[in-house]
Amino acid sequence: MSNNSCMDLTAKGGFSFDLCKRNAMLSQKGLKLPPFRKTGTTIVGLVFQDGVILGADTRATEGPIVCDKNCEKIHYMAPNIYCCGAGTAADTEAVTDMVSSQLQLHRYHTGRESRVVTALTLLKKHLFNYQGHVSAALVLGGVDCTGPHLHTIYPHGSTDTLPFATMGSGSLAAMSVFESKYKEGLSRDEGIKLVSEAVCSGIFNDLGSGSNVDVCVITKGHKEYLRNHMLPNPRTYVSERGYSFPKKTEVLMTKITPMKEKVEVTEGGDAMEE
Amino acid sequence: MESNSETKQHTLLSSESGIQRTQYPYVTGSSVVALKYKDGILMAADMGGSYGSTLRYKSLERIKPVGKHSIIGASGEISDFQEIMRYLDDQVLNDNMWDDGNSLGPKEIHSYLTRVMYNRRNKFDPLWNTLILGGVKKGQKFLGMVTMIGVNFEENHIATGFGNHMAQPLLRAEWHENLTFEEGVTLLEKCMRVLLYRDRSAVNKFQIAKITEEGVTVSQPYALKTFWGFKAFENPTAGAEGSW
Repeated sequence: MSNNSCMDLTAKGGFSFDLCKRNAMLSQKGLKLPPFRKTGTTIVGLVFQDGVILGADTRATEGPIVCDKNCEKIHYMAPNIYCCGAGTAADTEAVTDMVSSQLQLHRYHTGRESRVVTALTLLKKHLFNYQGHVSAALVLGGVDCTGPHLHTIYPHGSTDTLPFATMGSGSLAAMSVFESKYKEGLSRDEGIKLVSEAVCSGIFNDLGSGSNVDVCVITKGHKEYLRNHMLPNPRTYVSERGYSFPKKTEVLMTKITPMKEKVEVTEGGDAMEE
Repeated sequence: MESNSETKQHTLLSSESGIQRTQYPYVTGSSVVALKYKDGILMAADMGGSYGSTLRYKSLERIKPVGKHSIIGASGEISDFQEIMRYLDDQVLNDNMWDDGNSLGPKEIHSYLTRVMYNRRNKFDPLWNTLILGGVKKGQKFLGMVTMIGVNFEENHIATGFGNHMAQPLLRAEWHENLTFEEGVTLLEKCMRVLLYRDRSAVNKFQIAKITEEGVTVSQPYALKTFWGFKAFENPTAGAEGSW
């Protein structure tokens, strides 16, 4: 009886409110909604002799499941500014993309290299506006004309300026490494080693972080994005026997016909702006 | 006490949504960190007792010797720790009365504590402590932990409370078999320094206790040196007016 009426409604289109009562009843009984994708994370940054080094792990989690084993948490903001993001993955991606485009427009407008405080102010304005509902915790680092800067930005919009910083669920494990080993005036290699150590501490001691270590070194006029700088969790067992799949369809003939070129490709020409 | 447990039973049976913990911790101690080294066990704890967010007591001894072969360190509710010490003193007294040349070792005391904590948890009246028990008997080193719900295990290095998050990563990276006394103390001091920087309930007044086959030594209270002289701390908002 009721089934027939349901089918009539869905045929007309529009939102079907049939399940709302059931959902309300379930949530009252204590059923939790499926969790959204978070980057339960270890992100770190430190200021060294010539600039800033950022580091991050590469695990993205959806509740108890690892949904991405090798995601990128160090986001591009400007040629001289990078930002690590922890919290809800969609929020960190969207916010960093948005501010990155705003910085680009600002660069066109002013004709100058972007400053880290500009990115900082744009980010904290946006996050404060949304009163913490945009769940993005960021470590922002870069080198501009005023020198190297490292900032942390919390989801509610407050910021800190620090010589070394960690955020995310693995922040305590990483901070214990920084607090015991950080010195001022580290060289590039010492800095990378310390950052990797801190991220590894998060990877091995925190369940929300794992897989590989990404490092980004920013100095005056130069940046180096070391994607998968360390792979401390290799796949150790690979079956030696290999796999044999049963033959299904036989290949009778192979013929390759090159497509006619429809577009003229000219070498040289104007390069696109970055 | 009798009527108390009866009324507790009543609420348990009558309404499902009305079950509440019967206790809240009032005066709490923060973390304790311990590790096995070449000759025995080293344990460190600060001497602070917090009353909520006030640092009320600054000279609490949270590491105590038990019998001839063990030391116990506790974090959590201090009054419950004092109660546990009374139970343990009773046990040691009983053991001495047998006068048979044998004495309670760390394994026995650990087992006793596990039973006590688990039984209290079953009555919904826990002793709000996480205890670390370390000792050496007949050349055998022992280091174990019991939590307030009765979880117990043995390990080579243990930390309670906030120490789990901040000290364990350091211990896991740097502990190895056959640490010398100096190396062990350096490692413990490293952990306690990190906790001092980052745990709001930590005090800069520590005791380190050592137990070997020879006996127990609890050090005098002392303070750790901290470093606050980073250039970046001097004028942090130099380039970023308006931020912190």
